[in-house]
Amino acid sequence: MDASFSEISELHEKLKNKEISSVELTEYFLQRIKKHNPQINAYLTVTEDAALEEAKEADKIIARRGKISVFTGIPFGIKDLFCTKGIRTTASSKILENYVPPFDATSVQKMRAENAIILGKTNLDEFAHGSSTETSAFGESKNPWDTSRIPGGSSGGSAAAVAAGLAPLALATETGGSIRQPSSLCGVSGWKPTYGRVSRYGVISMTSSNDSIGAIGRSVRDLALTAEVMSGRDEKDATTGNREVPQYSANLRTNLKGMKIGVPAEYFIDGMEDDVKKRVLDAIEELRKLGAEIIDVSLPLTKYGSLVYAIVTPSEISSNLSRFDGIRYGHQAKDARDLAEIYSKTRAQGFGDEAKRRIMTGTYALSAGYYEAYYLKAQKVRRLLVDEFNNVFEKVDCLVCASSPNVAPKIGAAKDNPLFGYIADQLNIPAAMAGLPALSVPCGFGAARDGADGGASSSVAGVQMPVGLQIIGPQWGEQKIFDAGHAYQTVTDWHKKMPPDFVPASPLPGKRK
Amino acid sequence: MAENLKPSSGYAPVIGLEIHVQLKTKSKMFCDSPNNPDETAPNKNICEICTGQPGTLPVANREAVRLAVIVGQALNCRIEEYSKFDRKNYFYPDLPKGYQISQYDRPIAQNGYLDIEVPGENGGSASKRIRIRRAHLEEDAGKNIHPEGADYSLVDFNRAGTPLLEIVTEPDIASAKEAKIFLQELRNIIRYIGAGSADMEKGTMRLEPNISVRKPGQLELPAYKVEVKNINSFRFAESAIEYEIARQAEILKEGGMPKQVTMGWNEKAGQTMEQREKEEANDYRYFPEPDLPILHFSKEYLEEALASIPELPAQKRARFKREYGLPDADIRNLTEWKELTEFFEEAISELDELAGKALPLKFAKMAANWCLQDFSALLNAAKINPLESKVTPHNFAELIKLIEQSKISATAGKQVLAKMFELGGEPSRIMEDLGLAQVSDAAVIEQAINKVVSENAKAVADYKAGLQKSFGFLVGMAMKELKGKGNPQVVNDLLKKKLE
Ligand SMILES: [Zn+2]
Repeated sequence: MDASFSEISELHEKLKNKEISSVELTEYFLQRIKKHNPQINAYLTVTEDAALEEAKEADKIIARRGKISVFTGIPFGIKDLFCTKGIRTTASSKILENYVPPFDATSVQKMRAENAIILGKTNLDEFAHGSSTETSAFGESKNPWDTSRIPGGSSGGSAAAVAAGLAPLALATETGGSIRQPSSLCGVSGWKPTYGRVSRYGVISMTSSNDSIGAIGRSVRDLALTAEVMSGRDEKDATTGNREVPQYSANLRTNLKGMKIGVPAEYFIDGMEDDVKKRVLDAIEELRKLGAEIIDVSLPLTKYGSLVYAIVTPSEISSNLSRFDGIRYGHQAKDARDLAEIYSKTRAQGFGDEAKRRIMTGTYALSAGYYEAYYLKAQKVRRLLVDEFNNVFEKVDCLVCASSPNVAPKIGAAKDNPLFGYIADQLNIPAAMAGLPALSVPCGFGAARDGADGGASSSVAGVQMPVGLQIIGPQWGEQKIFDAGHAYQTVTDWHKKMPPDFVPASPLPGKRK
Repeated sequence: MAENLKPSSGYAPVIGLEIHVQLKTKSKMFCDSPNNPDETAPNKNICEICTGQPGTLPVANREAVRLAVIVGQALNCRIEEYSKFDRKNYFYPDLPKGYQISQYDRPIAQNGYLDIEVPGENGGSASKRIRIRRAHLEEDAGKNIHPEGADYSLVDFNRAGTPLLEIVTEPDIASAKEAKIFLQELRNIIRYIGAGSADMEKGTMRLEPNISVRKPGQLELPAYKVEVKNINSFRFAESAIEYEIARQAEILKEGGMPKQVTMGWNEKAGQTMEQREKEEANDYRYFPEPDLPILHFSKEYLEEALASIPELPAQKRARFKREYGLPDADIRNLTEWKELTEFFEEAISELDELAGKALPLKFAKMAANWCLQDFSALLNAAKINPLESKVTPHNFAELIKLIEQSKISATAGKQVLAKMFELGGEPSRIMEDLGLAQVSDAAVIEQAINKVVSENAKAVADYKAGLQKSFGFLVGMAMKELKGKGNPQVVNDLLKKKLE
């Protein structure tokens, strides 16, 4: 297989056996980015010079040492929400357009320590507020399977980059579906960790109480390898758990005998596209064939998840975005006459509409007299959601459902359909609010639609878009979801499909076998 | 005190205090930057966290939490099993994150009290209990700097994120004097614990009193209160509170009602002035800080903290009275200065050893006097504390012993102490070097007296004729003969005997 769509373990073998050098591999991806990024706008910043320098270093290490980390010399992309020392970090917002952090996020630092090569920073919805990348101040990214369609979001740039073969892996984040949904829409694998499993330090906060730092890659095995690097207690993030990090990749199962997999009735909802439902049911059948026991379960509080999210998220956002005030870094209004104007004009000019909407909603929800009715009550309901999941996980090892109720809609279509986000939220938000780990793995294709209404509009003849299977695990249950996802990928090849327009004409240059 | 505030007038001040104490920790409240209130170069002690860079997270400083718990315990507060941090949201350039991490509804410490000694009737003193409502941890803000004539302002973040303990009393204080006594006692407790320097001049202890006045016969709390800011010394605190009480009482007397405002103390004008603050009700939109886990204090943790509290000023005062029988004023003066008290106690234990037996009370009294007078004067002049001086408690104790045993006169003792302070060293050696040893040997003194008596026949005759003045003259002559080193008591006694 060509390098552009290879798994990390395959690339690692080639690097280790000196079939290719890290410089060659990096140059190859940089060239692909140059050629293809204009089609999909996955990268906002490409760090060509630094990447080649790092690749040279990695080659020296490979030459010097017999045993190298699986990530040594492997290029990857980073969602532009992670602070990267010396590399512009924008959060896709005008307010941080020229911000260069003086430090690395912990997860970035960990990847650097493995001598992985940073290719650049990928696009997202502004401050991760959205599920399409359409709120990015620097233009939306496009879905490599059909560039007239959204890649999903907020980690849409990361998903598009991996789907188009512009990086074998990209770091991403989730607050309420931002890894699972774009992974599903772009036909790649995505891992949203247990809250507290991966340090949030240095990743620009959206909703501190459920931001999760994960990754999007080409296979579950790659994600398991990445999880081993990224996970663990961080002294700089007090919300990380002090739990051992298992060798997830070494223990991956290829059959699922004895595993109990729950299918929650509430996750198969009206408004889901028929093809999506079919593909997910097909996938569940595969899991059964692999030996898993499929059990129907019920999570009646599911519908409240989005309501809790709708209060907690903007509340925390309104506070987390307060630091963007034009005083110390970032955009500052040029025409302000006094302090009040520095604040109001800087923020009016710097933030996009969605950020402003959330700041206003959150400010309202936290105001005196409303706090108890909204924020406090939402947190109580959140506790009930957690309890409900805990109860169901006493009966099953993991849950499966769709990652998104629909395949990727047309750019702009989601904006006109308020239901679009709402139905998707049902599938993604409860687990996010409960801090649970989850995967999205490609499980086939479905007919594309014109609108975003999930089934009401007519399908577009011939256009097939990816569908994702979601696997949700209990708290700290990463191994279980990796097992289920990996076993599934040993008997299917949906994760190996390549969007036709991005299949390389000439394979990676260099010494070949 | 203004005429209308005499207790008999019926106008009764109601004062509650809000005190911010900067905790003495190595690093700041939520990051590793040094916590150094003496740093003068701006933006030296900063990092990505305390300047609010995107994506940075706070981690609570364990030592700050421990100190807060201990101070809470010393103030007889209840320490709940759980405590949490909250965000207080507002915008200001010195506040890097746009919110201050503070504590809202679950402070570290609650419902305590501090007993203070206030002047009682007939010149005595009485104990008064001031209730403590709460004490909570929070981070300090930076400092805005407005360069003269410039059309911009600057921000120094050295102080941003340093740990503060905010202590709030119930409105139990009834006068400026009581407020001052409370503050001094609190300051001493903070210092004894080692939780901070609690120095109002340096800003490591800051006071915001809330003052209102009851009308004669009024039982309920007044419907308003006036907060006073910008108080940075004990003296200002007393003046500002007194001024405010008088101002409010005047308004009430004329049938008015003081406005609920924030005032600032203007030292030059000697009065409080209304601060031009927007008086819109601030809504800080408090909510639990999601970046920090809830604090949990186990029983063992709290027991350990309690056990680590050193002897507090009130206990020390009681013990000094019991053990050394020192006068109240001396005890108070000594214990006000933590390091001097420590020095005194070390000197006392040295004296114990020197004396080789239970310490005579006289030694303690002498040591206290020397600490409070000559030694304090030297320390104050040099602006250092006892532990920084060259006088060791051991040498100091020796000096006291030399004086007590009349091996040196008190006057010469002062010279020796000054020399010890300047150069260090043992007092006996310095005494020798300076030739200051006191002569108590009866034979030597008798010899001098004989000489003086034989050479001053007239004065001897005058004395015998009843002129008392002549005795003093003869003592003086004998001391002169002894080069000033004669033991005055022995000279006196022997001369009297000689002239009988
Ligand atoms: Zn700092």
